[in-house]
Amino acid sequence: MDGAWVPLALTLKVAGWATFFNLFLGVGIGYAIARWRFPGRDLVDAALTLPMVMPPTVLGYYLLVLIGSQGPVGAWLLQHFGIRLIFTWQAAVIAATVVSFPLVFKAARAAFETVDPQLEDAARLLGLSEWALFFRVSLPLAWRGILAGLLLSFARALGEFGATLMVAGSIPGKTQTLSIAVYEAVQAGQDDTANFLVAVTSITCIAVLLSAGRLVPGRVVSRA
Amino acid sequence: MIVAVSRLVVRAAALLSAACLCLAAHATELTVSAAASLTNAFRDLAPRFEAAHPGTKVHLNFAASGALLQQIAKGAPVDVFASADQVTMDQAQQQNLIKAAARRDFAVNALVLVVPIRSAKVPQAVADLTRPAYARIAIGLPASVPVGRYTQGVLQAAGLWAAVGPKMIGAHNVRQALDYVARGEVDAGFVYATDALLMPDKVRVALTVPTATPILYPVAPVAASANADLAQKFVDFLGAPPARAVLTKYGFGQP
Repeated sequence: MDGAWVPLALTLKVAGWATFFNLFLGVGIGYAIARWRFPGRDLVDAALTLPMVMPPTVLGYYLLVLIGSQGPVGAWLLQHFGIRLIFTWQAAVIAATVVSFPLVFKAARAAFETVDPQLEDAARLLGLSEWALFFRVSLPLAWRGILAGLLLSFARALGEFGATLMVAGSIPGKTQTLSIAVYEAVQAGQDDTANFLVAVTSITCIAVLLSAGRLVPGRVVSRA
Repeated sequence: MIVAVSRLVVRAAALLSAACLCLAAHATELTVSAAASLTNAFRDLAPRFEAAHPGTKVHLNFAASGALLQQIAKGAPVDVFASADQVTMDQAQQQNLIKAAARRDFAVNALVLVVPIRSAKVPQAVADLTRPAYARIAIGLPASVPVGRYTQGVLQAAGLWAAVGPKMIGAHNVRQALDYVARGEVDAGFVYATDALLMPDKVRVALTVPTATPILYPVAPVAASANADLAQKFVDFLGAPPARAVLTKYGFGQP
């Protein structure tokens, strides 16, 4: 049953990278939306939250059309760099990033909005630049909420299936994550493999949730 | 836009009322699990069967034959099973999932190698796939997809599996392999001749690949069917001239 460790390692790698990207994207955009007032802000917020509510197959299709070798981004990458994204683990990272992005973005926005504006004003009066203000006041105060969002997004990325299958396929050792390996084993009637993979997946998810509870006491549990 | 939306609303309403009516009227329902390659032909055949047997509603369930077998083995309420190969039906028979006495072959297909229509390179022989120009090749997953099993058999017999196997992009059914080729995401793919016929503007048939075992589609009533009579009628219907004509229209041969 060594076969399960390959998809497990791949799943952790994909979810790890997706969470890493979401740390910057989610926090950056969450901060921008929390601080800037501009017309159409609600619309932008809704559009950015869309991946959370849309079926993964719809997202997968959008991504396929966009980064596929005939899509605008995919064709450009192929022409200029010879890169084909579809059926690579990097495509799985893109899918997982898009799907789990709203969890970080929403958490970050909410966390920044709960930061007392008076504290930020006081820091400004004391002469802090906007950058310093962000890193020394806003971010430390919002950190716990952001961490909760990051852990949820990691958990979501671990379980991503639909969009990943559509853009990354199911190549053992390359793009076959745990959830896809389970699907394949069940389709082929390999119940022993499926049982083992399911057990590994369940233990991994429990471990993530437990460590989430440790890191962010009271937060993740109430949100989940 | 408004027309489209109102059409959608009307459809949704029709679906809802149909669902209610079914609960009330108990129309006889027949669930047919069929190999993905049969999708278009069976969608054409189902209304003809319904017309010939008033009061029946045929539900079609398409997937790779291996996936369908697993559904039936796990107790899915299926009445008729049509597989794309004998191996899968043999497995069903060994597990006593089908009525073996009523099993019969009803269609013939061929394995073809297809390339994207805009592809500059067209393989002249299966051995050409070992070249670096063919980096990604769509093949059905041999464990559950018959077309993948046929393909693996051909490549193994030709001593090419070790070289071509690592280039394989596994497809969960034959239509997924076809889609990969049509979108140009792979350099070539193995599908059935009938699948290639569906997308003449997107894929080009490079070769017809002879298989060691003929590609014969068997059909059988499922043993646990609640509508045994109707299931048998559907199996008989597939062997009758009108259904044969439809299958021929979609490119299937006669057994």
